[in-house]
Amino acid sequence: MKIGVLGLQGDVREHQAALEAAGAVPVVVKRPGELDGLDGLILPGGESTTIGLLLDRFGLLEPLRQRALDGMPLFGTCAGLILMATEIAGPDAARHRLSVLDVTVRRNAYGRQPESFEAEVAVAGRGGDGAKVRVAFIRAPVIERLGRGVEVLGEWEGSPVLVRQGHLLAASFHAEITGEHRVHEIFVTMAASGSNGAGRT
Amino acid sequence: MTGTSRDTGGVRVKRGLAEMLKGGVIMDVVNADQARIAEEAGAVAVMALERVPADIRAEGGVVRMADPEHVTAIMEAVSIPVMAKCRIGHFAEAQVLEALGVDYIDESEVLTPADEAHHVDKWSFTVPFVCGATNLGEALRRIGEGAAMIRSKGEAGTGNVVEAVRHMRAISSTIRRLASAGGEELMAEAKGLGAPFELVREVAAAGELPVVLFTAGGLATPADAALMMQLGAHGVFVGSGIFKSGNPALRARAIVEATTYYDDPAIIAKVSRGLGEAMTGIGMGQIPEGERLAGRGW
Repeated sequence: MKIGVLGLQGDVREHQAALEAAGAVPVVVKRPGELDGLDGLILPGGESTTIGLLLDRFGLLEPLRQRALDGMPLFGTCAGLILMATEIAGPDAARHRLSVLDVTVRRNAYGRQPESFEAEVAVAGRGGDGAKVRVAFIRAPVIERLGRGVEVLGEWEGSPVLVRQGHLLAASFHAEITGEHRVHEIFVTMAASGSNGAGRT
Repeated sequence: MTGTSRDTGGVRVKRGLAEMLKGGVIMDVVNADQARIAEEAGAVAVMALERVPADIRAEGGVVRMADPEHVTAIMEAVSIPVMAKCRIGHFAEAQVLEALGVDYIDESEVLTPADEAHHVDKWSFTVPFVCGATNLGEALRRIGEGAAMIRSKGEAGTGNVVEAVRHMRAISSTIRRLASAGGEELMAEAKGLGAPFELVREVAAAGELPVVLFTAGGLATPADAALMMQLGAHGVFVGSGIFKSGNPALRARAIVEATTYYDDPAIIAKVSRGLGEAMTGIGMGQIPEGERLAGRGW
């Protein structure tokens, strides 16, 4: 199972390690040609404005968007969630985005860095066992609206924090910096079942 | 919900934000307009300060934390993280910056030190700190005090990358030495480095620092950024190099691109074209020993 990690900026090596722990082979992707032959792709944590600008400038935005529309499994964490969302609430919209996941997110809505926190979040999936995973919310975005066909796989204080729409998975939090790999296992399982997932919209 | 299960200020979230900045450029800015230019160019964060190092060097005087009004204006102007500098050992300035809600504090040798013997006890803060280091021992002393991110000191405000190279090479070659050392050698290494033994052991086992390592001090061109990334930096700080150049927006963007594609000379060549004047810069021989900033702190 070859899973790409978008390597323009952010916590790329942490995702590589979590993927390896989840039994996949990670591949760093910085150029359009490197999208070939992947079973899925992770959009890491980082700065969504920076990653969006680089996606646009180096010709990755449209090819990646097209692949996501064609069914390539994607998993975005924090900045990755923002890049995947169809709508950004508030004034500071990140302009260059994939806009493939039907949710509205508000950037940094869990607060600035002093409010960043760790928490245990119950996660469905892999048989819906509701296992609690230790994750980190770092200047994290809040998911304010869910589109049709978006399922909630994890909640925190009544808000969705891990969501899935067919072949697209996204989280407000980071599961990759806490030595956790169960959320990555959910994604690897999604990628293994291919791009023809039943929930595809 | 009482919120008691929300753990703020832990090591993972402090070091974690630095992980999110990897592969990025953090730019010095003195006002909201510069902060917007930096964000537009793709900076992962901005550093709010009163004067850029080149001006500090030219004008002299005591240099302190920036006016809270300026820091707040910059925080309101951009959506990316905002860092701000406090003087070495000036924990009250750090408390003020924490109260303002900045995302990271740089306990910086660029400002005039407030304490010649002690750095800030960074464990007592919720906000994370980045500190400068010229070698591995200094880096580990700062991490021992609670720093969640390290940067090379370089020689700020010179436009001359030579000191940043020296510091990065010193840090990585000592890490390589520790990684190949026998267990019985580590206490002597800790003594020699003046570093906490547990951290020396951790670095020897992991072959890297336990926190993110950026580079800073004298970077002025896209090729400078590429050089430092190839020497093992996880990201770069650029101070005077951007807003003391002929075309800050263009240069800022080029340095961002070079930091991402640091291993691709064709892209570095492309983004380096037609950037206008780089900052003039100063040779180390022109700076008397006593006026070098890297010697501040220990």
